[in-house]
Amino acid sequence: MSVNQGSIKCREIMQGSIAVAETVGALEPGVIGVYPITPQTHIVEHLARLVANGNINSKYINADSEFSAASILYGASAAGVRSYSASSSQGLLLMTEVIFNMAGTRLPAVFSAVNRSLSPPINIQVDHQDTMTLRDSGLIQLYVENIQEAVDTHIQIFRIAEDLDVLLPAMVCMDGWIISHAYEPVTLWQEEAIRDFTGVFFPPYEVNPQKPLTYGALTDDDKITEFKYMVDAALGRAEEKIIQVAGDFKKAFGSYHGDVVETYYTEGAETIILAMGSIAGTIKVAIDQLRAENKKVGLLKIRSFRPFPASRIREVLSGAKTAVVIDRSFSASSGGILGSEVKAALYQQNGPFIINYIAGIGGRELYPHNIKEIITESEKLSAAGTVPDKALFYNLNSALI
Amino acid sequence: MKLNLGGITEAGRSLKNHTGTWRYKIPVINKEKCTGCGVCELFCPDSSIVITGGLASIDETYCKGCGICVRECKLEAIKMQPEGEESR
Ligand code: SF4
Ligand code: SF4
Repeated sequence: MSVNQGSIKCREIMQGSIAVAETVGALEPGVIGVYPITPQTHIVEHLARLVANGNINSKYINADSEFSAASILYGASAAGVRSYSASSSQGLLLMTEVIFNMAGTRLPAVFSAVNRSLSPPINIQVDHQDTMTLRDSGLIQLYVENIQEAVDTHIQIFRIAEDLDVLLPAMVCMDGWIISHAYEPVTLWQEEAIRDFTGVFFPPYEVNPQKPLTYGALTDDDKITEFKYMVDAALGRAEEKIIQVAGDFKKAFGSYHGDVVETYYTEGAETIILAMGSIAGTIKVAIDQLRAENKKVGLLKIRSFRPFPASRIREVLSGAKTAVVIDRSFSASSGGILGSEVKAALYQQNGPFIINYIAGIGGRELYPHNIKEIITESEKLSAAGTVPDKALFYNLNSALI
Repeated sequence: MKLNLGGITEAGRSLKNHTGTWRYKIPVINKEKCTGCGVCELFCPDSSIVITGGLASIDETYCKGCGICVRECKLEAIKMQPEGEESR
């Protein structure tokens, strides 16, 4: 792909957190509300540096907890200010109450979620349990595969969240360490190009003492369903915006990572793997190796988990024999979360067998050979027609239980 | 009528939304027992009690009938009575 040279600021080998912080800094959020937690802290530390050095003009507020940090964003966003925070793991759980409120109040604050396992036991490595637990809030969630996608998606997501047809909080989910702390060659874009692309946030309401408003009013059963429906509909409309903004981004910057999904060799594939986040990169390596052996394997990377692109998933999987969903999170006793939703999307579709693996929990490493093993196992189950309806815990060490 | 985005609405909704309509029991003050100490006034969550002339008096437009005042009055000078049956 030919990158638009005019909009490049620099191309360097950098750490993911710094690349993201530089990009968010270029957007100069009016308010940045923060509380540190590993592995997110490098992002807000670098933003603090940008503010302290006078590079950006944001109001940087240190809070006493993630709950307060999110509440600061709620207030700022209600006042019509572009607002931003980052968190991980338990910190995201502590923000949850506020995030539901933001979605219901239609406040488009933006978060970076640096994915990390939930306690206990304490584990600071990556899985998706933290962000997936926020899935019912009305929050937009885009999962990214590498540092460049993290950078580009942060630019896109402000425009999506702040669109007047959407107006919902939004989160870029990036895998802890693998994306936040790794160093990769990355293109940072010119501040001006970034600001031109995102535009200015025009809120539908403003906090003005001359024209006071009520936020968070009480509603009875005669209207509450309708309010909830409006959140559902807005999140649905976000799907169209994500597609549109990804297309516009490609035109403006020449960089593209898919829209609500990204497909990799899915055309005519007999087996398609579905996954989110950095594991998609590993899966691509495994697929390249399998394709060299003429195996008809492809990847359907889910970029947007919320809104959930059910019809796109149906479309891509329609010709496949076997679909393998790799989940880095699960709903206890029910299965992988992505797996369950993919199954629901394909219900009564006469589509492929769906095998759901729970893998890569708490940073357990997944290499291309693990992916190939998962594919081989799944194809066997599918060919024998013995697909389990329950999700399988991959590489579970039964000797320890 | 269309719902406002995010439930954000004009301020001062309580001017229109009378919480007194929720009530099915109303607190009634026993004028013999009440000393006008003001404890009930402090505790009423809807600011529906004012002390006037040394006596508690209830604002029926906003009193939602929760009964907190009854519990807090240590002189047992307030009783809840079914709406419409209160003796005034
Ligand atoms: S608490 Fe009882 S005694 Fe005191 S003002 Fe209220 S009703 Fe009267
Ligand atoms: S019943 Fe409740 S609302 Fe009514 S006056 Fe007593 S404390 Fe106030």
